[in-house]
Amino acid sequence: MSTELKHRIASAALIIGFFLLWEFLCFAFKISSIVLPRPSEILVTLVERMPAIWPHAAQTLYETMIGFALGVAIGVVIGVVVGSSKLAYDVAYPLLIGFSSIPKIAVVPIFVLWFGAGTVPAVLTAIILCIFPVVVNVATGLATTEPELEDVMRSLRATKLDILTNVGLPRTMPYFFASLKIAITQAFVGTVLAETVAGNLGIGNFMLIASSNFDVPLVFAGLLILAVMGVGLYVVFSLIEMRVTGWARRKELTVA
Amino acid sequence: MTTLTGEATGAQNSGEQDAGTRNSGFDDAFVELQQATVTYGGGERAVHALAETSLRMGTGDFVALVGPSGCGKSTILKLVSGLIRASTGLVFVAGREVGATPVRVGMAFQNPTLLPWMTIRDNVMLPLKIVPPFRAQYRSKRKTEFRDRADALLAQVGLAGFGDKHPWQLSGGMMQRASLCRALIHDPQLLMLDEPFGALDQFTREELWSVMQNLWMTRRPTVILVTHDLKESAYLANRICVMRARPGRIIEDRAVPFARPRTIEMTYQPDFVAMTQHLRDAIFAKTVQEAA
Repeated sequence: MSTELKHRIASAALIIGFFLLWEFLCFAFKISSIVLPRPSEILVTLVERMPAIWPHAAQTLYETMIGFALGVAIGVVIGVVVGSSKLAYDVAYPLLIGFSSIPKIAVVPIFVLWFGAGTVPAVLTAIILCIFPVVVNVATGLATTEPELEDVMRSLRATKLDILTNVGLPRTMPYFFASLKIAITQAFVGTVLAETVAGNLGIGNFMLIASSNFDVPLVFAGLLILAVMGVGLYVVFSLIEMRVTGWARRKELTVA
Repeated sequence: MTTLTGEATGAQNSGEQDAGTRNSGFDDAFVELQQATVTYGGGERAVHALAETSLRMGTGDFVALVGPSGCGKSTILKLVSGLIRASTGLVFVAGREVGATPVRVGMAFQNPTLLPWMTIRDNVMLPLKIVPPFRAQYRSKRKTEFRDRADALLAQVGLAGFGDKHPWQLSGGMMQRASLCRALIHDPQLLMLDEPFGALDQFTREELWSVMQNLWMTRRPTVILVTHDLKESAYLANRICVMRARPGRIIEDRAVPFARPRTIEMTYQPDFVAMTQHLRDAIFAKTVQEAA
């Protein structure tokens, strides 16, 4: 049995063990399901109430994906501009830091003020949460191109575009995909945040209503859905990353 | 001992300097520096990387620049390849001011700087993707003519069969061979070598000297080699320019008379040893004088 397989089995065992321990503790200390429902209760609720939950989950996923796609696109453009020019880097960085340090929950009411409750604030919140990690990673990848490699390219009379497409962008791919994994989870945070503050649909809104009805198992069912979607998308981007940027993890490849 | 060769002195006096179109006066002068200086920064903190320097190289010549760190060796390399501009003075390549005519330049550094996401063959073919006239044909000939060309070159440096490997699967010496191939694939008129063998062990280095000599003898590009290794400079070059730091300048320009192809055995012959000894003294004497 390879070490990799062992590690996988161990991590699966840890997850199962976590839920079993949870179940056991709730049972042993007779914790009321209005405080902390047992995993089995949550699962039953999830299955029984699926028809009611599903539209909300779909809405959240939809908003997250749109926000993520737009956020990444904007982030790449800003990252390429900022990363390929020292001037742009120095000029734009303070403003970017300023934007990124604003707690994002504070801007949701402004989006609601402008666009009303619903889909638009959720997408916008997802976008602004996605942008920063992408910008920073893409800019870093581009800015750390070896100067000697740039000399080689410039001595060949390569244009800026040649250098960007042949050296800069491929080099940046590992940084970019690392940022995608952060961005997708951030997008979820943004969407659910906006839905909770000012939504009429979506898991965030759904959980808010469920908790105001003291339907705690249903709240946890919403949480479980979010976890599953989040992990699912993380895995998808990890797989894409592995395919596209295998060269950057050559140590693993040569050892294996 | 601030000798310039007669040839270099002649170049200084050789008349009019209307930039751009002026012919250097000697048809065989492929590279020419005329009182070129390079200063970084301004005011009191200005760094004189290169003091007034004149140098002439014929087509197909092989010149080594030796000297201590910071003596302006790499600065000359960058001047000639057009990566930086002279603060004062003129730099001519192929009879015109540098940059005025497109000259094919190949470069190799101490660090092989191969692109890790490409195979060795694709790395070697990179210049063909960028440099005209190959650029326009890259798409159509990538899998045929250019591929064969890269494989032939790889075979010449002892890397036959390694084209499909990735850089990280090769040793340092092999990566450096591939880096030399990349510098030569587009048949450069100018080959710029910045301590390409500096990070290698002694045996690999000596082997690559022979590879480099072979490449030069078969293709005859005009080469400038920057090195710390006096034996390397005497083995490879036709001419050695000894340089001195603060400010960087050429203090001695010596022809290397040994017949080619040179061998490692020759480096133990008395006249070869005397040559490296002399170069060493030239550098060392200056350092002592500086300290005094």
